[in-house]
Amino acid sequence: MVELTIDGIKTRVSEGTTVLEAASEMGITIPTLCYYPGLSCYGECRVCLVEVVKGDRSSLEASCTLPVDQGQVILTNSEKVTRARKLIMELLLSSCPNSKTLQDMAANMGINKVRFKIKDRGCILCGRCVRYCKEQMKSGGIGFVGRGTSRRVATAFDVTPEECRNCGGCEWICPVNERACMAGNLIDGLCGACQNLEPVETCPVCTECSQSVGPSGHEVY
Amino acid sequence: MQRLWSVVELEKLRGRILSQRKPEKPCISICGGTGCHAYGCEDIAKAFKNEIKRQGLSKQVELKVTGCHGFCERGPLIVVYPQKIFYQRVSPDDVSEIIAETIIKGNIIDRLLYVDPVSGEKAQFEKDVPFYKKQQRLVFGNNGLIDPTNIEDYLATGGYSALSQVLFNMQPEEVIEEIKKSGLRGRGGGGFPTGRKWESCRNAPSSDGIRYVICNADEGDPGAYMDRSLLEGNPHSVLEGMVIGAYAVGAHDGYVYVRLEYPLALKNLGIALGQAREYGFIGQNILGSGFDFNVKISRGGGAFICGESTALMASLEGRVGEPRPKHIHTALQGLYGKPTNLNNVETWANVPLIINRGADWYSQIGTDGSKGTKIFSLVGKINNTGLVEVPMGITLREIIYDIGGGIPHGKKFKAVQTGGPSGGCLPESLIDLPVDFDRLTKAGSIMGSGGMIVMDEGTCMVDIARYFVQFLTGESCGKCVPCREGLDRMLDILTDITEGKGKEEDIALLEELGGVIKEASLCALGGTAPNPVLSTIRYFRDEYEAHVRERRCPAGVCKALITFKIVAEKCTGCGVCARECPQGAPSGEKKKPYIIDQEKCIKCGLCRDSCKFDAVIIL
Repeated sequence: MVELTIDGIKTRVSEGTTVLEAASEMGITIPTLCYYPGLSCYGECRVCLVEVVKGDRSSLEASCTLPVDQGQVILTNSEKVTRARKLIMELLLSSCPNSKTLQDMAANMGINKVRFKIKDRGCILCGRCVRYCKEQMKSGGIGFVGRGTSRRVATAFDVTPEECRNCGGCEWICPVNERACMAGNLIDGLCGACQNLEPVETCPVCTECSQSVGPSGHEVY
Repeated sequence: MQRLWSVVELEKLRGRILSQRKPEKPCISICGGTGCHAYGCEDIAKAFKNEIKRQGLSKQVELKVTGCHGFCERGPLIVVYPQKIFYQRVSPDDVSEIIAETIIKGNIIDRLLYVDPVSGEKAQFEKDVPFYKKQQRLVFGNNGLIDPTNIEDYLATGGYSALSQVLFNMQPEEVIEEIKKSGLRGRGGGGFPTGRKWESCRNAPSSDGIRYVICNADEGDPGAYMDRSLLEGNPHSVLEGMVIGAYAVGAHDGYVYVRLEYPLALKNLGIALGQAREYGFIGQNILGSGFDFNVKISRGGGAFICGESTALMASLEGRVGEPRPKHIHTALQGLYGKPTNLNNVETWANVPLIINRGADWYSQIGTDGSKGTKIFSLVGKINNTGLVEVPMGITLREIIYDIGGGIPHGKKFKAVQTGGPSGGCLPESLIDLPVDFDRLTKAGSIMGSGGMIVMDEGTCMVDIARYFVQFLTGESCGKCVPCREGLDRMLDILTDITEGKGKEEDIALLEELGGVIKEASLCALGGTAPNPVLSTIRYFRDEYEAHVRERRCPAGVCKALITFKIVAEKCTGCGVCARECPQGAPSGEKKKPYIIDQEKCIKCGLCRDSCKFDAVIIL
């Protein structure tokens, strides 16, 4: 067993556990995107970053790939973490703005503007589909092609491979394809039709709603 | 050649080689390094061969094409032994004169000597040339003495004696202790203590006892070529270091991962490896010690990211070269999941030196935290372009002015970028900074693999930051979001600024974005990529502000922000600018001031370069 401290609370977990798993066992929520239970950890999206404190120094690590270590001190919601996480969320939104999952996550983080150029690639390259296809379906029909900004998920030579059984698993497991955002017009990179944009407390009508609150007020009323 | 089975046989062979060599016999050593190759040293070598044959001197004169001598600016270089006369800028036409005058009569040909531009003095020997004076060429110095395709040359300089010392007189733990004591730190960029890395690799559990050593020769930094020159010029020193390292960590298989763009390095290394196998320095039962070690050469496919250790190992395994999180070090779980010790070319080449001369001697060189020497490739706006090997702790001023000879055309020094594309740009105020791992990091740059790009006053720091970010955006593997998307957006912002579309909040956003990319990226590529941007903002903020607020490029580089104008008082109306201009933008009457049509001007700067009266200025 390994003893570590997460957000000031001591916990004991078995060796080989990741910090993300240890935290969720304790009921601490860390946002994730490329992580999916049952698939190997990949560490692409960096949304699950946590702060690892070592004396007076600290570093940011992706909790999904970080194994627990004896005496480790972890902060999941420090200022350093939230600052980096929000910026990464902005980057993700700017490359895939029409995703309800991303828009909702951004809203929960209190992001009210995307400061980067919107380059809609329709994919965040989280690799869930690639890993699902390979690890769960034992197929390996899709993979990453190219590098840098030209990286994309594709089949070999863009031809449907024999390995593909048309199971649709890749589509099913995709975090951004799951439900496309229907709102249409983006304002500052945000759609405004989900839970986001104007902070709820500025809504003149109600205080505790979870309904859509757009820039022009409450849509339901 | 017979395989060597013991130290006695090795020393006997060495004795025989040395006894056959006549130190007084004239020898022409031609630099065959990268720079001299580009200058056409192959033709010179051919001309010498023909001339020697023609004059029937084949028995009296030895001809040797060696690795890089370092002073690439003045290539092709030649050193004539035994006097060690140093000739530079040699052409095939000089060959017969060198043979007739220097070799036969022993006279020095004045016009081929190096002239110190400051004092005007001529230097007869390498050691008198200011470029070499302040260097301490421990690792690199033998390059000029060795024909890399001839193992006997390496043996003549004491080669493989460190290996026999280690195999027969030292326990692996003692070797590790010696390297630890020497204070050697990884020369590939990270600067991790080599001895500690070896120790953790040796102590790492391996179920079947398999361990690997790897030599990282995937040198991808633009303008850096020290690893290349070592592999091309002295491949045996790298191989010897690897065998010693393998013995220390308990590995029996090793790989050299060479980038594909280094064909000569691949060729010379391949020849060296073949000879080392033949002589029994690599293979089964090395020198009869019972220790086995095999080396394979693997060629990279051209991806910059494969210089990162985990990406390199992925590539070696035949997978896509992309990094993985290094929570578990490669020394514990590396290639094929086995404990793996990866070091850079230059690190390996330092190992035989430390064993031969002792850790105590080695640790006297350098500073508290950084021991030994470091090879830098000094390029950019500098008089003496080339490879320099200097002790750690030497100041930037000494490298740039004493060795490098300062900035060409009397221009002012502006900045120096250390550590390759992801290094920081250090300004003039830091020119007295001693160069070592920790001090460079503190100043916002890195040691990196040892690139050193000098910039003069005509360099726009925003534009240079944009250039490096563009390189890194293209070379990012694209796996993690901060590096892939972050660098791409950073490039967008920088491009906007250089095109005059910058916004006031952009500088703060660049700093915030840079900080996050540095902290949140998966590997060291992203972890250092914002350095050029962050360091230029730190030291040259006024330039960024001029671009954003005043829409002005102080260095006169960013095309969208400058206009070329002819000063009427200076213009003689000679018409050269109009003739040079591909667009026909300047016009006017002969002997009267010309005017540039701004509509036609594409801001190429040819008019300014061609004007003899400095009448064309940038606004």
